[in-house]
Amino acid sequence: MSYRRPGFRHPKQPKNDAGYTRADYEGAISTLCAGCGHDSTTNAIIQACFELNIEPHRVVKISGIGCSSKTPAYFLGRSHGFNSVHGRMPSIATGANMANRDLLYIGISGDGDTASIGMGQFAHALRRNLNLNYICMNNGCYGLTKGQDSATADRGSSGKRGVPNPYESIDLCELAIELGASFVARGFSGDKRQLVPLLKAAMAHSGLAFVDVISPCVTFNNTSSSTKSYQYVREHIEATNTFDFVPLQQEILTHYEEGTSQEVVMHDGSIIHLHKADSSKDVTNRLKSVNNLEREKEKGRLLTGILYINPDIKETHDIINSTLRPLNSLTEEDLCPGSAALEEINASLR
Amino acid sequence: MKTVKKISKINDFVIRFCNVNGSGSASANNLFARAIFRLGIPVSPKNIFPSNIQGLPTWYEVRVNEDGFLGRRGGIDMAVAVNGQTLFKDYQELLPGGYFLYDSTRELPENFTRTDITPIGIPLTSLCNEAFSNPKLRQLLKNIIYVGSLSYLLDIEFDVLTDSIKKQFQKKPKLADPNILALEIGFAYAEKHYRNSCELSVRRSNKLNGDIMMSGNSAFGLGAVYAGATVVGWYPITPSTSVVEAFERYANRFRVEEDTGRHKVAIIQAEDELAAIGIVIGASWNGARAFTATSGPGISLMSEFLGLAYFAEIPVVLIDVQRTGPSTGMPTRTQQSDLLACAYASHGDTKNVLLFPCDPKECFELGADAFDLAERLQTPVIIMSDLDLGMNDHVSAPMEWKEGRKYDRGKVLTAEDLENMQEKWGRYLDVDGDGICYRTFPGTHPTKGAYFTRGTSHNEYSAYTEESSDYEANMKRLLVKWETARGLVPAPRTKINDPACKTGLIFFGTSTHSTYEAISRLAKEGRVCNSLRIRAFPFHEEVLEFIERHEILFVIEQNRDAQMRTLLINECGTCRDKLQSILNIDGLPITANFITECIRNASLHNTVEPFPKQYSTGEKS
Repeated sequence: MSYRRPGFRHPKQPKNDAGYTRADYEGAISTLCAGCGHDSTTNAIIQACFELNIEPHRVVKISGIGCSSKTPAYFLGRSHGFNSVHGRMPSIATGANMANRDLLYIGISGDGDTASIGMGQFAHALRRNLNLNYICMNNGCYGLTKGQDSATADRGSSGKRGVPNPYESIDLCELAIELGASFVARGFSGDKRQLVPLLKAAMAHSGLAFVDVISPCVTFNNTSSSTKSYQYVREHIEATNTFDFVPLQQEILTHYEEGTSQEVVMHDGSIIHLHKADSSKDVTNRLKSVNNLEREKEKGRLLTGILYINPDIKETHDIINSTLRPLNSLTEEDLCPGSAALEEINASLR
Repeated sequence: MKTVKKISKINDFVIRFCNVNGSGSASANNLFARAIFRLGIPVSPKNIFPSNIQGLPTWYEVRVNEDGFLGRRGGIDMAVAVNGQTLFKDYQELLPGGYFLYDSTRELPENFTRTDITPIGIPLTSLCNEAFSNPKLRQLLKNIIYVGSLSYLLDIEFDVLTDSIKKQFQKKPKLADPNILALEIGFAYAEKHYRNSCELSVRRSNKLNGDIMMSGNSAFGLGAVYAGATVVGWYPITPSTSVVEAFERYANRFRVEEDTGRHKVAIIQAEDELAAIGIVIGASWNGARAFTATSGPGISLMSEFLGLAYFAEIPVVLIDVQRTGPSTGMPTRTQQSDLLACAYASHGDTKNVLLFPCDPKECFELGADAFDLAERLQTPVIIMSDLDLGMNDHVSAPMEWKEGRKYDRGKVLTAEDLENMQEKWGRYLDVDGDGICYRTFPGTHPTKGAYFTRGTSHNEYSAYTEESSDYEANMKRLLVKWETARGLVPAPRTKINDPACKTGLIFFGTSTHSTYEAISRLAKEGRVCNSLRIRAFPFHEEVLEFIERHEILFVIEQNRDAQMRTLLINECGTCRDKLQSILNIDGLPITANFITECIRNASLHNTVEPFPKQYSTGEKS
């Protein structure tokens, strides 16, 4: 790891349409191990936000506890961040989102944080379809406590401790689809070309976008016997459809032959083109999405890409029919019924 | 058979209804209590119910007291005993001279041999079956029949009952008629068979100067609407559930946008209490007023998050409607047993602000104040209610709201503040010397005011640090804030506060009413005690001063371990021997009889004459 970042920046760094350079999306210097998958994921988040022209101060970063949950300090230094308690990121994100629906919420969690201690909160944020980009940096082990297996470690896989994991693993993506997530994707921290557009699509999505990023732990779980090592993942990775993400502002230039591409229109008007020519995998149907995952798993392959998408499910605010104005902007005039109304209530209680 | 010396009283008695839960008795019993209230007589109904939906014993104890003493008194003057499961127990518990109203469709068993009470047999079942054919209606109206009989026996104005029925069934007038008929049947039977049998009576009075009747949970729910709460995270748990139900009811009335039909509130029923308080913390951190309601087991689950909120300095409003613990304990019985769990909730060094309301008016007002305090202090504020206050209807002074009252949002920087700021802003930098720092909300300013919130140690600029000196400085600043809190929390209330008197009573919350009654009785015997009702933790200066001034103090609480006494000893450095405990842990609201007896038994010798004049006035702040 580095201890300081050089202050020098090229004077003609390109700016995005919002007027920010890529450096404006960076955060503090990472304190994770050199080569940690999480740092690559962090970089992909920075890149995605830069490319989407997001104003940094309109983003809220929330995390739980663990190596992954430290990362919000390492990106988007101009955004408010909240490193909460273990496994509870989704509830903090729910409250924050309820208070102000106008900001972009990025929730960072890990496999311990999500699949064990935070399983309950994960499940229920999905059910509510909270408008949240839920990014799970998944390395199959507990890094901060020195390498214990997590609940996403595959059965038989072993890390630095050398003891094969005897328990069944939890596939967070399958679970997310079953529990009602409206956008589920899986990426690999070592494949930026796929991960950046995945994150961009997730950020454009209204509702809960769950992105499981296989993000190897170089220190405790990068052994030849681990199924979450860089080498193993590279050798076993499989993609669903390839896709193009076309943000709202961008003109559609590419034309696809009829029948070769499926168009999914996102809530904000962005479009995802799923290229059918690449494979026959349908990711707009829950049952088929789960089947896709199971089928590849049987073959010993790790399926990545957009795994399931349904832009039509209502997000939490619309389910509970709350005001379009941010609740935290309402004042006494909006909220307090006043003393005359209280007199009426008093009278009705006599 | 010897002549029974009957209890003979006007507007001063206790009547206990002994029912089976799920049998529709609640509405009949409520009709009775409301009628007394509408006759201008102070009344206090208490529901004593099981953790069950249908079939187990439930009691509804109504205290009628012209003098306005509305805590539980102890002892039963009249039982309306219609539950076969508890019939004998209810019979035995009746005071000598009391009245035993029962369903005489079946004769009383042979072991019902008391000669010191007056049995009043009303054949409720057969009267009901004769008059009504619908089986579902029969079950409900059987209860209304005994209310009709009571109307005769206790001289309750019949019109008050029929008016209530008409009001209740305004939208379904068809249902009013059979109810009124049931009242008439009960009245007529009692009039025919029990003329002049009962010497308890109700006489119209004017002791309720504009008072209202309401549950504490409803009052808090309304207070939260008035205080501008917009986000609620909650998980159902008895006896706190009706807090959020009330909040939602009032929000549906006052918080719907006319043009869109959308709600100016977000109520999330969470998956558990951990998430419930997480939602509150997230929302408060992001600038909305938020609260949650729970009971003891929920407090245990919320403890980790309370520590985070304390240390990261995020406002939280939490109402703890206490019940009998530990664990699930007696979930439908009352207690004040979460004091220590709340005061020091969480790991590490923590102290939380507690407020102790004693009636619905205070649930409303302290409830609303809690939001100002939490935001001013940027810390959790816990309102310590209990099942008795929360779920029972209480006669209370009306709620008040000062027109034009502004919310105290505390130290929050706007975009303009940030723009004009010369010096470097630090989230945990105490520039005012009161231990409270300035905070910002996400999205406020494009380049200024963003910070990273964490439970791990942080320096004044909210950067991560493991420097011992930073940690120590921060923890010590939190103590400065605690002292600031001491000056902001509501002061205690005194009633009798005679300098010559060396005995003091300390109490809080729902022990208040029974204690005031005990004080009055003891004063009449020449045993005058000064009184102090604690309304907040940290303890106000006046609490310390009161303790110092007295030679002996009784701390009255509804828990086993004398938790308030422990807090007082711990926080005030008070001599242990000076504080004596009066503790009630039977799961029922503490009674005036119990408190009076405890103090009598303590053989007090200090008598102060004449009886201090202040007593006749109300509480003083």
